[in-house]
Amino acid sequence: MCFKAKRLFRLALAPVLMLMSAAALAAGGEVSQVNMSPGVTELGKEIYDLHMLILGICVVIGAGVFGVMLYSIVYHRKSRGVTPSQFHESTKVEILWTVVPFFILIGMAFPATTTLLEIYDTDDADMDVLVTGYQWKWKYEYLNEDGENVSFFSNLRTPQSEIYNAESKGEHYLLEVDEPLVLPVDAKVRFLVTANDVIHSWWVPQLAVKKDAIPGFINETWARTSVPGVYRGQCAELCGKDHGFMPIVVNVVSKEEYAEWLAGKQAEASKIKELMAQTFSMDELMTRGKEVYQRNCLACHGANGEGGVGTPIAASPVATGDLGSHLDIGINGVPGTAMQAFGAQINDVEMAAVITYQRNAFGNNMGDMVQPIDVYNHKEG
Amino acid sequence: MFRVSSNPSVDTSIKLVGVAIGMFAFVFVVMVPLYDVLCDALGINGKTSGEAYTSVQAGVDESREITIQFVATNNDGMPWEFRPDTNIMKVHPGGVNDTVFFAHNPLPDAMVAQAIPSVAPSRAAQYFHKTECFCFNQQPLEGKGSADMPLQFIVDRDLPSDIKTITLSYTIFDVTDMAASGALAAR
Amino acid sequence: MGDHHHGPAKGLTRWMFTTNHKDIGTMYLWFSFAMFILGGAFAMIIRAELFQPGMQLIEPAFFNQMTTMHGLVMVFGAIMPAFVGLANWMIPMMIGAPDMALPRMNNWSFWILPPAFLLLASTLFMEGGAPAFGWTFYAPLSTTYAPPSVTYFIFSIHVLGLSSIMGSINIIATVMNMRAPGMTYMKMPLFVWTWLITAFLLVAVMPVLAGAVTMMLMDIHFGTSFFSAAGGGDPVLFQHIFWFFGHPEVYIIILPAFGVVSQIIPAFSRKPLFGYASMVYATAAIAFLSFVVWAHHMYTVGMPIAGELFFMYATMLIAVPTGVKVFNWITTMWRGALSFETPMLFCIGFLVLFTIGGFTGLMLSIAPADFQYHDSYFVVAHFHYVMVAGAVFSMTAAVYFWLPKWCGKMYNETMGKTHFWISFIGFNLAFFPQHFVGLAGMPRRIPDYALQFADFNMMSSIGAFIYGASQIMFLYNVIATIVAGKPTSDEKVWDGAEGLEWTVATPAPYHTFEVPPAVK
Repeated sequence: MCFKAKRLFRLALAPVLMLMSAAALAAGGEVSQVNMSPGVTELGKEIYDLHMLILGICVVIGAGVFGVMLYSIVYHRKSRGVTPSQFHESTKVEILWTVVPFFILIGMAFPATTTLLEIYDTDDADMDVLVTGYQWKWKYEYLNEDGENVSFFSNLRTPQSEIYNAESKGEHYLLEVDEPLVLPVDAKVRFLVTANDVIHSWWVPQLAVKKDAIPGFINETWARTSVPGVYRGQCAELCGKDHGFMPIVVNVVSKEEYAEWLAGKQAEASKIKELMAQTFSMDELMTRGKEVYQRNCLACHGANGEGGVGTPIAASPVATGDLGSHLDIGINGVPGTAMQAFGAQINDVEMAAVITYQRNAFGNNMGDMVQPIDVYNHKEG
Repeated sequence: MFRVSSNPSVDTSIKLVGVAIGMFAFVFVVMVPLYDVLCDALGINGKTSGEAYTSVQAGVDESREITIQFVATNNDGMPWEFRPDTNIMKVHPGGVNDTVFFAHNPLPDAMVAQAIPSVAPSRAAQYFHKTECFCFNQQPLEGKGSADMPLQFIVDRDLPSDIKTITLSYTIFDVTDMAASGALAAR
Repeated sequence: MGDHHHGPAKGLTRWMFTTNHKDIGTMYLWFSFAMFILGGAFAMIIRAELFQPGMQLIEPAFFNQMTTMHGLVMVFGAIMPAFVGLANWMIPMMIGAPDMALPRMNNWSFWILPPAFLLLASTLFMEGGAPAFGWTFYAPLSTTYAPPSVTYFIFSIHVLGLSSIMGSINIIATVMNMRAPGMTYMKMPLFVWTWLITAFLLVAVMPVLAGAVTMMLMDIHFGTSFFSAAGGGDPVLFQHIFWFFGHPEVYIIILPAFGVVSQIIPAFSRKPLFGYASMVYATAAIAFLSFVVWAHHMYTVGMPIAGELFFMYATMLIAVPTGVKVFNWITTMWRGALSFETPMLFCIGFLVLFTIGGFTGLMLSIAPADFQYHDSYFVVAHFHYVMVAGAVFSMTAAVYFWLPKWCGKMYNETMGKTHFWISFIGFNLAFFPQHFVGLAGMPRRIPDYALQFADFNMMSSIGAFIYGASQIMFLYNVIATIVAGKPTSDEKVWDGAEGLEWTVATPAPYHTFEVPPAVK
């Protein structure tokens, strides 16, 4: 009898043990498939420990509760010919199982409160990054004491052909971007989180950071990573059609590499200023324009300009009409529709290229070209 | 007990209808204003007061230096160029500070904008006093026009000592339509 | 009142104009089952798309419509009306009343439901598609960025809210005024108690939901700015109002389930319910706490730390009364004489799976850990453990338990047990792996996912298909019972069942307790 009960008990515990061993695996630093990851920050480790503690308490209580129930199911069956007992209350027991859980909860509340206070402690950050959620991409802006802030958009890099199964999917399917957020290791980074349109939520599990991005308001959170590496996350708040297609990639590098990268970005910004003065050939504009189109336009206007959320580009009155109004829509958007103002999102070189591309691809054959200087002039009026 | 109807079931029902109507009203007349009050008091969402601060501070606290970061965000469909003149300022609590935000309307038509302030950390919001701000009113700009929009503020001397950096964010919204229809309450 | 001694009218008019609580209960039950199938079909589409990585069957925009409609239809169309139907059938019989207190209002509260859902379902065919902003419809995605169909969505929420409020008022009026002599409050069956408390919750919070959608309507059409920062409003305010309704709402769904389980477990344990009084107090405590925990759905929204801590502590407290209930049920089974007919199997399934859902709920209440769980599949797994294994399992148990009393025919026990086991396996296969993918970082409401989540998602889809298919078996079993079940005329269909409903003839006559029974 006793043997049978024990075996049943062990059987009931099997999935729990599986989870525990998987958890042990996760603690070894690998990204777990079945459990929360302790991540690469001290806070992440604390949250992970808290998670495992509560899970452990639940498993123990669960084992007790289900054990009693299982025993009852096995031994108190009518088919065994038992006579049912008729007891139906016991003040002592009832008080006991009200009070004991209460104290267990107090025990849980202590570490939870400590960790929460740490999460909220955003003081003394080494650097600040403004994270802005857009439908459906992220913008990162490094707040800089002197000179201009470095800022860029981070778009999904996975091609539509992989999403629609025309090509086999790459290793980091849906979790890859054209430009990752680059951060130095061992620095306390304060993230200021806001949004441009609807509510998004910036979540990187390995950094143990999740914060809602709310249009009009600013939130803050922070992380100090201890291990260089590439960490991937996603938008966590439903934000419309492509909510599943706005990943986050954080590239944590050594302080030297970070400084080098930042200098590179600043140089790039001045190089774009140079490029803006240049005149490009049709081929150059078309090549560049295609890239820009795929990153920024394709989600709404389709891979072949066939339209979708947005109007078709192929044979559209805009792309085959007056150049000035085409530029105007690209730069300023169309108020009241999903068409955003891209003037501030892409630089003038990119704008010139993508307008040229739209006018000369998908069977549109206008033959005209837009140069960066035209975009600049249009903006300045 | 107070009875509305001699039929007990009808009596109960009428009272409950009263409760339901009361709860519906509760949302509008209690929850919404209460939320605004709590926001002001606790700085929920980093909201700052929508009115000019008029009290006089008792001198400048030279012993502390607070870093103020300015951040500008354009909301969806807002084509203006909008940015702080200086990104970062170092100020002393109690002192009066001035800065400007630059705005440029690239469109040929006149537009009206509303800037919404938000402070991080949010618990600093109640210590961040604006004596003058472009966010108190809607800001019109002629087509192709530009403006330097002024902001004057004081950081309260009572700012908790662990707060050393305050970020003031403005999100600028296009309210041309709202302004035209006059539906917007001045806030 | 002349029609009291007649049987039901014939034909369609019987159902159109009926004021009989049994007829109305039956209509509610069939309607909710139809909605359950509809919402289930949406779920099957979702799981089919998520069967493999990549977009195969539907477009992301339509996927969002499916998740939204699935949530709305299941919560407002399937689970809530199912329990209202059960309340209509059982409460008068349990308290010895001839009918509901306000029979004519009862008729209206049912008949405004089908048009409301017809309207909601019709948005699928409108330009711009159905609502695609999730069943929690956060602003500004549901206001400034909503499809035009949002106006119809708002109207249908108003109507079904009205239906719920009328239904609840009726239940409260019935319980307070129509009890048989001697049926004191503390003698009422627990199902009646849980429903009484639920009804009070409904009267208190459905108007709040109505207020929230009214504000949306005003923001969309009348230029107000409740939820728009541009005009001095705040999108976060929407979340506070929504969850002030939403958290009591989830207890509205689960409390009647507690009531059902508290009727069935004693019956098949052949032993009185343990701790009746503490069950009543625990239910009341849960209902009370439900009003002060709403912001635990919003830990990542950027609340001040004091608020965060308050809501965390208050939420953790809910574990106490919930624990009391689970302990009471298990102690009821302890040293009883258990038998495992289908209703009991579903109740034990409820007990195990709801407790797991309760544990994950406790984990979610811990704010710092919630920063990792929030809006991930861990949450999806959690609320399906409490909604499906909690509410739907107990509702299924209730149908098997009372069906013989309703129609005087016995269902096929073998098929019932098979239904249970297939449901149980399918359910766990569908939702247990979702804990894993959630913890590993998969956000909810995404139409496509990274490759490392593929295996568990396929498992989950297979489980969902199995669970879905098992409901066809349920439908078949119920229809087969009504049409050709083995007749039974035992007043007490189950030997261990207690309560007034088991003292009337089987099948239950059209009119019962026209003369109040004596309650000792």
